[in-house]
Amino acid sequence: MASSTRVTFPNKFLPYLLLAPQLAITAIFFYWPASQAIYQSVLREDPFGLSTQFVGLDNFRRVLGDPNYLNSLQVTVIFSVATALIAMALALLLAVMADKVIRGKGIYRTLLIWPYAVAPAIAGMLWLFLFNPSMGTLAYLFRSTGYNWDPLLNGDQAMVLIVSAAAWKQISYNFLFFVAGLQSIPKSLIEAAAIDGAGETKRFWTIVFPLLAPTTFFLLVVNTVYAFFDTFGIIHAVTGGGPGKATETLVYKVYNDGFVNLILGDSAAQSVILMIIVIGLTAIQFRYVERKVHYG
Amino acid sequence: MTFRGTSLSLALGIVLASSTSSFAVTEISWWHAMTGANNEVVNTLSKEFNESQSDYKVVPVFKGTYPETLNAGIAAFRAKQAPDIIQVFDAGTGVMMAAEGAIKPVADILSMGGAKFDKSLYLPGIVAYYSKPDGTMLSFPYNSSSPILYYNKDIFKKAGLDENKPPKTWPEVWDAAKKIKTSGAAKCGYTSAWLTWIHTENFAAWNNLPWGSNENGIGGVDVELKINAPIYVKHFQELADLAKDGTFRYGGRTSEAKPLFLSGECGIYNDSSGGLGDVIKSGMNYGTGPLPYDPEAKDAPQNTIPGGASLWVFAGKSEEQYKGVAAFFNFLSKTEIQARLHQVSGYLPVTLAAYEETKKSGFYDKNPGRETPIQQMMGKAPTENSKGVRLVNLPQVRDIQNEEFENMLSGKQTAQQALDNAVKRGNAAIKQAIGQ
Repeated sequence: MASSTRVTFPNKFLPYLLLAPQLAITAIFFYWPASQAIYQSVLREDPFGLSTQFVGLDNFRRVLGDPNYLNSLQVTVIFSVATALIAMALALLLAVMADKVIRGKGIYRTLLIWPYAVAPAIAGMLWLFLFNPSMGTLAYLFRSTGYNWDPLLNGDQAMVLIVSAAAWKQISYNFLFFVAGLQSIPKSLIEAAAIDGAGETKRFWTIVFPLLAPTTFFLLVVNTVYAFFDTFGIIHAVTGGGPGKATETLVYKVYNDGFVNLILGDSAAQSVILMIIVIGLTAIQFRYVERKVHYG
Repeated sequence: MTFRGTSLSLALGIVLASSTSSFAVTEISWWHAMTGANNEVVNTLSKEFNESQSDYKVVPVFKGTYPETLNAGIAAFRAKQAPDIIQVFDAGTGVMMAAEGAIKPVADILSMGGAKFDKSLYLPGIVAYYSKPDGTMLSFPYNSSSPILYYNKDIFKKAGLDENKPPKTWPEVWDAAKKIKTSGAAKCGYTSAWLTWIHTENFAAWNNLPWGSNENGIGGVDVELKINAPIYVKHFQELADLAKDGTFRYGGRTSEAKPLFLSGECGIYNDSSGGLGDVIKSGMNYGTGPLPYDPEAKDAPQNTIPGGASLWVFAGKSEEQYKGVAAFFNFLSKTEIQARLHQVSGYLPVTLAAYEETKKSGFYDKNPGRETPIQQMMGKAPTENSKGVRLVNLPQVRDIQNEEFENMLSGKQTAQQALDNAVKRGNAAIKQAIGQ
């Protein structure tokens, strides 16, 4: 009955017209700037663009030979993995718990979704106000207990701070999708397992978790991209890449070299490399991880 | 519509447009980075200038922090949409100077149409900093400051220190800081804003030591840093040692340490004289003193170098716009305007007349300490070590230093290692920036 016929438009022109807005947006906001970045990455130019010189792959050679770049790569991996894992694990936990609540379900959910509406820079400022060693309220409490809380100088503490802020902001988004995913799991399956004597933990790992796989996979892709790109505002507001270079992620380094240090060629080369990394990551995720996903 | 009709209406439009523009005022755009009280000053000045005449209208636009404003200006120039006037912070001076085709020297603008521009009316130390090696003044010094010492008198009293005697040398600062910490008068003895600007650039000038070769970059763009000389290493090792038990607290790379002082957590604080407004506002019982010097440097104290920002004018504007800019700068140079700016903000007066005027009015007698930043800068004729610091990429070199200092203060490396790294990385960055 449900034959797999494709939708066909009688009009040859209409499909293109319907696609046009999306194509225009992609062209203007991706292909154009991306091509500019590639062009800029083979140039050596002063900040004002008064003198331009073609240097081939020199910028790439210098960037990849820079120990700070490798450091930044390492920082990015630690930051992204930690942020994605924490944001997804906590969101899943909260979603499963909220699913069990019988009274006031709506209120719980609404409150948990709220942080998503906070802009990254604002989220960063909120965490900064709490944990900045000069003026933070909680930082003051930490120190009065004798704990030496100083993310301005301690790189590990700075990393913990931005991972927490970034994960906190993303939990709501993940929560939303996990809640939706949980609702689509047939209750009969869980009940059947319960009748067969499976405990709660067993039910979760053998039924709920595998059935959530498509959601988890989708969130994995989204969270990785989020940790890579959308966390700039948080890092900018909280640590500015410091102390030293302890929290300078690849994206932050692009900004720092391009807009603070005004080395446009290096910065463009870095963004081209970043583009390749993200395209590669997404391809790997779809090619290998998605195979293991069971779409029910 | 026929082709003829189009061209006719076009021609009509041009005639109309040109006739209206001859009656219209010329707008002068001014991009700046001033926030809070200083932002209000910018708006008041523009308003006063606009009301004082009817040919030009200055339109101030806030563009974010200092680096953000500079970036906005550069991006706008590349897009051929540059403003007429842009405020650029001290560290950006070398960036602007290196962009010769992008800017128009202020000296040229002020002497346009046969007007006389007399450089000697301005404070020499400041003018020298914003001039080319041949003496041409390139930008207009709008807000200049110099680093001073602030201290909390109540904390001094509690620690058994003389509240009317601010420490004059670094060893005295360290001793006072230790006393504050050990007596429990405050949790931390000493903190400082701008480690780069105060503890390397001004440390060098004030102690008459070279910061870099080529007169710290004033004489030419090819500079090798000298900040790993023994006297710097000693100074920074002392800071690092004090940081271990919290006698010195680090606040951040720019002026983030200010709350540590304002909240009474630290007793002594170094910052720009432009930071005075917030200290007054906090209602603290404060005192100020000159920037401390190192008694082992034989010529100390020499003179401090200016910080703050200046106004640059972009190239490629119309004659009419430049005339407007000249009128505005002449307005800003007026004695009563400069005297007022100086007295309300803690920034230095830009003209000698304004300084004299403030002196005569008895302002310094009523507000002791307010003359310190000027005396520091003007007290002695500058040497080749103390004219200023200029690099085409000073913001980047400062960040390199900050990174190394942070790794030093967290105990990951010694002062010697930090300064050696800062010199090595800084020199490489300078070489790359000047294309060598």
